[in-house]
Amino acid sequence: MLNSSKVVGLPLSRIDGPLKVTGRAKYAAEHFGPGMLQGYVLFSTIATGRIAEIDTSEAERFPGVVKVYTHENRPPAAKKDEQWKDEVAVPGHPFRPLENDRVLYDGQPIALVVADSFEAARDATSIIRVRYEAGEPHTDLKREQDNSYVPPVPRDKQMAPPPPRGNPEGAFAQAPHQISATYSLEGEYHNPMELFGTTVIFGQDGELTIYDKSQGSQNSHDTVCKIFGLDPEKVVAHNEFVGGAFGSGLRPKYQLFFAVMASLDMKRSVKVEMSRREMFYLTWRPTSIQNLSLAADAEGRLQSVMHHAMHATSQYEDYQENVANWSGLLYKCDNVKITYEITKLDVSTPGDMRAPGAATGVTALETAMDELAYEVGLDPVELRIRNFIHRDQNQDKEITSKALHACYREGAARFGWSERVMQPRSMRDGNDLVGWGMATGVWEAQLSPAEARVRLSSDGKVVVSAAASDIGTGTYTILGQIGADAFDLPLHAVSVKIGQSTLPKTAVQGGSWTAASSGSAVQVASRMVIATLLRHAQKMENSPLAKATEEQVEVADGRLVLEANHQVGVAISDIMDAAGVTFIEENGKVEPDPSIQKKFSAYTHSGVFVEVKVDEELCRPRVTRVVIAVAAGKILNPKTARSQILGGVVMGLGMALYEEGLADHRIGRIMNPNIAEYHVPAHADVEDIEVIFIEEDDDKASPIGVKGLGEIGIVGVAAAVSNAIFHATGSRIRSFPITLDKILADNLLESETVQ
Amino acid sequence: MDLSSQTSSLPTCSVSLSINGQKHDLELHPWVSLLDLLRGPLELTGTKKGCDHGQCGACTVLVDGQRVNSCLKLAVSLDGSEITTIEGLGSPENMHPMQKAFLEHDAYQCGYCTPGQICSAVGLVGEGHAHNRAEIRELMSGNLCRCGAYTNIADAIEEVMGAEAAKSNKEAAE
Amino acid sequence: MRQFSYSRAETVSDAVAALASNPEAQLLAGGTNLVDLMKYNVTRPGAIVDINRLPLKEIEDLPNGGLRIGALASNSAVAYDPRVQERYPLLSSAVLAGASAQLRNAATTGGNILQRTRCYYFYDPSTPCNKREPGSGCGAIGGVNRIQAILGASDKCIAVHPSDMCVALAALDAVVEVEGPDGKRDIPFTEFHRLPGDRPESDNTMARGEMVTAIRLEGNHFASHYTYLKLRDRLSYAFALVSVAAAMEVSSDGAIVDLRVALGGVAHKPWRDKLAEAEFAGQPANEETFRQVARRLLAGAKGQGENDFKIPLAERSIIRALKQAASGRPQDQSVKAIQ
Repeated sequence: MLNSSKVVGLPLSRIDGPLKVTGRAKYAAEHFGPGMLQGYVLFSTIATGRIAEIDTSEAERFPGVVKVYTHENRPPAAKKDEQWKDEVAVPGHPFRPLENDRVLYDGQPIALVVADSFEAARDATSIIRVRYEAGEPHTDLKREQDNSYVPPVPRDKQMAPPPPRGNPEGAFAQAPHQISATYSLEGEYHNPMELFGTTVIFGQDGELTIYDKSQGSQNSHDTVCKIFGLDPEKVVAHNEFVGGAFGSGLRPKYQLFFAVMASLDMKRSVKVEMSRREMFYLTWRPTSIQNLSLAADAEGRLQSVMHHAMHATSQYEDYQENVANWSGLLYKCDNVKITYEITKLDVSTPGDMRAPGAATGVTALETAMDELAYEVGLDPVELRIRNFIHRDQNQDKEITSKALHACYREGAARFGWSERVMQPRSMRDGNDLVGWGMATGVWEAQLSPAEARVRLSSDGKVVVSAAASDIGTGTYTILGQIGADAFDLPLHAVSVKIGQSTLPKTAVQGGSWTAASSGSAVQVASRMVIATLLRHAQKMENSPLAKATEEQVEVADGRLVLEANHQVGVAISDIMDAAGVTFIEENGKVEPDPSIQKKFSAYTHSGVFVEVKVDEELCRPRVTRVVIAVAAGKILNPKTARSQILGGVVMGLGMALYEEGLADHRIGRIMNPNIAEYHVPAHADVEDIEVIFIEEDDDKASPIGVKGLGEIGIVGVAAAVSNAIFHATGSRIRSFPITLDKILADNLLESETVQ
Repeated sequence: MDLSSQTSSLPTCSVSLSINGQKHDLELHPWVSLLDLLRGPLELTGTKKGCDHGQCGACTVLVDGQRVNSCLKLAVSLDGSEITTIEGLGSPENMHPMQKAFLEHDAYQCGYCTPGQICSAVGLVGEGHAHNRAEIRELMSGNLCRCGAYTNIADAIEEVMGAEAAKSNKEAAE
Repeated sequence: MRQFSYSRAETVSDAVAALASNPEAQLLAGGTNLVDLMKYNVTRPGAIVDINRLPLKEIEDLPNGGLRIGALASNSAVAYDPRVQERYPLLSSAVLAGASAQLRNAATTGGNILQRTRCYYFYDPSTPCNKREPGSGCGAIGGVNRIQAILGASDKCIAVHPSDMCVALAALDAVVEVEGPDGKRDIPFTEFHRLPGDRPESDNTMARGEMVTAIRLEGNHFASHYTYLKLRDRLSYAFALVSVAAAMEVSSDGAIVDLRVALGGVAHKPWRDKLAEAEFAGQPANEETFRQVARRLLAGAKGQGENDFKIPLAERSIIRALKQAASGRPQDQSVKAIQ
């Protein structure tokens, strides 16, 4: 456990901030090499079929063009699926760019133009002529849902649904209160602000320096080494600055392949940066359809939970996420059935997007819980409190900590929930109907294996390094804080090196595990440095620490001292002088403890409270207030932690109200692949959001007591918004996003019924 | 500076731009956008490409003091203009008050939309049309932030606007 | 993008001559729409004539109390001009409802009225579109048509005009001043844009070689009873699903003297029906009248499926906008509650 100190637990500004706010932080496509070439991608305009003919002759003659690659002349690359599988690949056959003439989805890359300028590459791409033999596209999940199937190879053990328990059908039939409904969510697109891009600097001896937009430099590095059979020692991948990713950068994207391929082929430095349109063809939060049945006794205690989830995947991979399992563990219920299927469509493989699975499944569960609250006639918070459980019934394990009661209590108090009138359409403000809704959020608190290096110099400076990433999460700052804490230093005395494949091994940044994992590794390495210091100190003549143990010492004010008595100690510079060294460096490592894992599950939780105002006649909804209370273990930095939650909430608002790919299923294409018409929330959409942290003392979720914050902010937000819209209008909209036309349609139906 | 040597068979135009106070006499192809000129040949990568179509605001720079989307400006059409990019507003050692406020309020996460947000915020303050938080939000809506830092961005801008107002009140009083 | 030749026009006649002599030439002003379309390969001009140096930026007073707005006056310059704010607050409000501050700083008055539709199919050169490529068909009919027209569409095109500013200019009976090889002429604003019919490729009634030089506004009596109400999918920086520019003159006994209603987001041009408006002169300015106005204006409305909701939405929006105008409480574009 890490205790609050001079640096830990304080709202410190980001140490990478000065570079970011002055435009000096360099992202993947912002590096330059001598004679660098630029690539631009041509993508398919059919969703399925084959390329009958691709004529690049005119493009090749275009001034400035150096080479055009298609499936007809692509340089060789790995043949086996295994060699194409990255660290977080899903079951199936990974997509291989320009492998053959087959088209598997609309927007598939089918040519790369490499030229001496960005403009030449871009403009030559527009004169490549392609003749297709197009098949009939299947992209409509509603129409294809009868073809859904249980994935034969689960992505990992955690994701398979738990076995059914009790007698869910029987308990449902007998319960006095039942609700049963179908919830659908349209596909969402990550759309980080930075476009996917890769710069490859081709070195004099053929070594490659790669700057890749990625959530893991080592994943980029290892994947290209496998695909192209490269000597890992001669390739370095960087991702020091990542302009957002939200899961889209977990798996390497095709621009990495293209940039390395062209660089190796031409022995030149090459940059490939995508267009915004291509960002819609990479990966996505899949369209989903869920059926939920809940039953409760007269007091609102859950008697049966049945959740069937189904979502889209591609023709070539079985993408899977944990959509429905949450319904078996968030509340107490002894009769549970959870089923999960996927459906193949002619689309690119979906991928993890902020709180993958939970954002989808908990939206359905928490909307259904609100429906149940109205069915039973109980306040929605009270219903949830009555079903609270401090145990994971899915895995039959204890929970490391679950301060969810406090989230409800604090969140409700700050929101003013007690003033709420249960009846829908009972609160108004001018022309607006006012609605208050709430939901619970839940996400896993995971620890992944991680290593970190800590170097303490005789001048008192500390360098912390690891191949971790900072995709906007604050990794630089929190690792610096942990390092500073260990050596009683101000934050500015610590420098943090991350985002490079040569640094100590770290998993991709995902699942909210970086702070817990890399943070713990830094603490372990720091303690190892202190242990080494102690050993050196004990070799000094008349050492006052001669009998001290590792556990008894700490660093304070530049000295290694007894924790119990800071008067007793030796200056660090004296210890190093005596030992004849100028620095001490140690590598620390953490991994999940099987003895804890066997007994415990760890989750983060939240209570989300939302106020919406919906114009009564025009049916236009807007979110005017959000209070979110989060229990996620130890908070290392309340300033960056709050930002993480704000970001999750804002993305949740987009999920609730705006974000959807509008598909023309006749041609299998998303027709709004741009951020003018795929609406992510803008400034005007976000009024004030209040974030409350409920600190938990949890020594089991991770060694430093941290649980992670990257995902929990989004989970439950869309449900809270939909519940608030119901409370405001009386319209229960079960299809997301809840655009004004859906509320209007329900309103028209209602007025017809009344007439 | 001739930036078009490799595709020299194509016509170019002479353009003179002042960028962050430095004069650049350039020979440019007319189809080069201001954004691509900055991020490519001039290596001023602080200005970001988020959509290349005027949909996100990441490429916002100040042209003759006004905030515009540099992705939709052909560089040749700006002959004689004064351009200020994020690099020209301040440096890590000597930040502009808006940059300091963004840092202090954590008004960014990944940092990619940030230069555009800051240039836009500086333009907003100069325009003088935002007088309250609702107006700040509306008039900053041309800058999308996928990390969702809007609340903090509004805080940062309010602080700078408050400081400017206090300064001008003081000057008026004196 | 197609590579093009570039020249700068120093006078209006230079620009007109350049346009007339080269069928592949297009004029560049703010670039916010043209450069966007060129990057998407929707528009592929062979020659660009930069008109930014032409002396068309001024906003001048006219003797009758009106204003002449130069074609190169930026959208921001128009919206924040004190004379526009005082005499034509509807125009100011509509401009501020559109795009973003950055785009308004760059976009010009002439460019705004010439902007092309945001139809997804128009923007995607791999799909059929009669507007982009005459005779290729219409992808939007039977396709994704949530944003498309409910009024005045044809079986060739169901696209809508995307401008907010133009909706106000239509309501205000502006006049478009154009200049071409045959000299200058005025085009009444409501006759400037056209319905798609059999020639959706043609957005307006200008002849080849003509360019917009100014917008002229006559004196009016709408400065106290007006509103611009815009409904869209997010609260800012999005195109209208439906918008209403409403203006009226009301007598001391509460009767309508003069009524103007123009609709955006519903047709290939800003939609106005002057005959319908005239029928309501003398009627009381109350909700029942406004309901009749809405029904009258939408009498011929027809949905395409996904956009059927625009009909009731437009009806309700018209009523609300007229209430706002009648009560003298126009929609503030920064305030997100609908007044």
